[in-house]
Amino acid sequence: MNAVQAKAGPLLQVTDLAKTFGATHRLVPKGFSVRAVDGVSFSLNEGETLGLVGETGSGKSTLGRLVLKLIEPTSGKIEFQGVDVTGWQGKQARSLRARMQMVFQDPFGSLDPRMTVNDLVREPMVVHGYGKDDIEVRLESTLLQVGIDPRMGKRYPHEFSGGQRQRIGIARALVLEPKLLVLDEPVSALDVSIQAQILNLLRDIQRRTGIAYLFIAHDLAVVRHISDRVAVMYLGRIAETAPRQSLYAAPRHPYTKALLSAVPTPDPARERGKRRIPLHGEIGSAAAMPGGCSFHPRCFRARQAATLPGVEVEPWRDTRLPRACMREVPVLPAGVHRAACHFADLVDEGLNEQAPSPSCQANAAVGAV
Amino acid sequence: MQSQSPYALEIRNLRTVFPGPAGPLPIVDDVSLAVRPGEMLAVVGESGSGKSMTFMSALGLIAAPGRVESGTVRVGGVDLVGLAPEALRACRGSMISMIFQDPLSGLNPVFTVGDQIVEVLRAHRRISRRQAREKAVELLERVQIPDPRRRLDDYPHQFSGGMRQRVLTAMAIAHEPQVLIADEPTTALDVTVQAQVLDLIDTLRRETGMAVVLITHDLGIVARHADSMTVMYAGRVVEQGSVARVFADPRHPYTRSLLRGIPRIDSPVEGDLMSIRGQPPLPGSVRHGCAFEGRCYLGRGRVDCLRNRPELNIIGDPEHLSACHYAESLHDEEMPA
Repeated sequence: MNAVQAKAGPLLQVTDLAKTFGATHRLVPKGFSVRAVDGVSFSLNEGETLGLVGETGSGKSTLGRLVLKLIEPTSGKIEFQGVDVTGWQGKQARSLRARMQMVFQDPFGSLDPRMTVNDLVREPMVVHGYGKDDIEVRLESTLLQVGIDPRMGKRYPHEFSGGQRQRIGIARALVLEPKLLVLDEPVSALDVSIQAQILNLLRDIQRRTGIAYLFIAHDLAVVRHISDRVAVMYLGRIAETAPRQSLYAAPRHPYTKALLSAVPTPDPARERGKRRIPLHGEIGSAAAMPGGCSFHPRCFRARQAATLPGVEVEPWRDTRLPRACMREVPVLPAGVHRAACHFADLVDEGLNEQAPSPSCQANAAVGAV
Repeated sequence: MQSQSPYALEIRNLRTVFPGPAGPLPIVDDVSLAVRPGEMLAVVGESGSGKSMTFMSALGLIAAPGRVESGTVRVGGVDLVGLAPEALRACRGSMISMIFQDPLSGLNPVFTVGDQIVEVLRAHRRISRRQAREKAVELLERVQIPDPRRRLDDYPHQFSGGMRQRVLTAMAIAHEPQVLIADEPTTALDVTVQAQVLDLIDTLRRETGMAVVLITHDLGIVARHADSMTVMYAGRVVEQGSVARVFADPRHPYTRSLLRGIPRIDSPVEGDLMSIRGQPPLPGSVRHGCAFEGRCYLGRGRVDCLRNRPELNIIGDPEHLSACHYAESLHDEEMPA
């Protein structure tokens, strides 16, 4: 398996991708721009799931759209199946859509209410010039695959519940047998009992077809459940990326730590004793990006690092922060478990954390090789 | 008349109906719940389970053709059901108030935050504008908005989502109500901000003895913040009890499935999540038997589940209730892997 992948290279390789939304509107002052995605690199192998988590404004949805070429990047490179597709336009870009597809958050807004389920699922095949008989065969098998009874095919979207509509959206995306599915918050609009159905369905489809997922979500537990690897985004950059197990068991970036500590688990006994890591303020805006490490205004670790001997500091508001955090953008180092932090190896004090178990440390060590 | 009740809010046998093609549909069906001063009750359920409608009914906010058919809603010895609109308006805000999910639509974009708080303050109390402004500064301070005096003259769009929810909370507690209903107050917020807003609500209830009802679908939040919980399904209460007790020993198949069906950040991820098959029934559509029968892992077609509506009964602990014919005999082994 690994040998094959090594030979073929990753399915998707994104290098230094950036998207700046500029001042093109007359009401927006000139020179005002938003760096929604700011130098992001990652790769995705066949049959793999990369989870992309982040808060509102972290750029995760923009990144998904860039990958699908729904919007044009300002700079950077996108390679799909070893081919540079960054500059592809029109017909070429459309041919790409047969191989990468998207599932949207809103199962109500993303289906044309005037089309039947059959027509909705047929549409992509018609656009891509499939034969009539082929279309009918694929229609039935795809509906069965997502758990929709083909006899319901003549019905309209409003006759279905949210979970079923999301299944129809998935059928539409799957019918061309793409290699990659970009899923943007696919379960966040669904009820808890329906979320589990859709997550299980997605895992099941991946096992059977070997499709790769770029799974974008804000829910850390959902992302953990479905992903092989996870990337945490903050203001347009990847703060930390690692295999799922080591990211959740031994997070290294202070933002990841704070995020994980804020997620309440459904376990009253544990929750009552848990101390959360307080963050200073709220997520900044990509329109007024803080200099240096964009997380420094909220970072607890920077405040601790500033007290260490030998660390150069600068005054900041009513305290002092390390000069590096305020001036230099931290780079994502090479390796498997990677955190973009100037003080990634610093042991955080006063967080009252449980020490990571030996197996996690071993994993992390393997990852660093 | 009722002697001193131990509860800040007590809802008894509340029933709200909407007209349907075959007679009235009970959207809220015989719901009873109560919360003590200073405590937080979480109300859990899916969309359409009637959890929001229960409290809209309690506050007299149900629009025609819906109507509250029967039941009582007691706040501080006053029954809100059947109060004249004027009297009800006087109670809302001063005795019981509500905050909603979407912090943007709760504020008027063309007035400053200060003006809106002042308006709320002067709605129930005869105080001067200046006094009201002073009080508004105090309130913003209470909800931990930095630099409150300056922020008073800002417009809602100048506040972030979390800060807007704080402003709405400030308005809701302006008259020191005995009960605060918070309907999914943090669903639209990011997880780190969600934690801050919920901690604030916790602090306020500890300081003031205000009772809080938290309507939510997030069982993690329930585990962290609430004292007791009510699980609703298809307009009815299916399980009720202390949070510790219900999580440790859920006595309804729906609650058990919910707890097993959510991905967690601290449990093994191998294997599938336990999912509940099918869809929740349309509100008011189940007329006989148990509403959960078609989705229950115990299996369909059990005669008593099909025919008889299970009553909410005490299970062991007098405050732990479950509406399942098999509440006493549920075991983990029966659950599908």
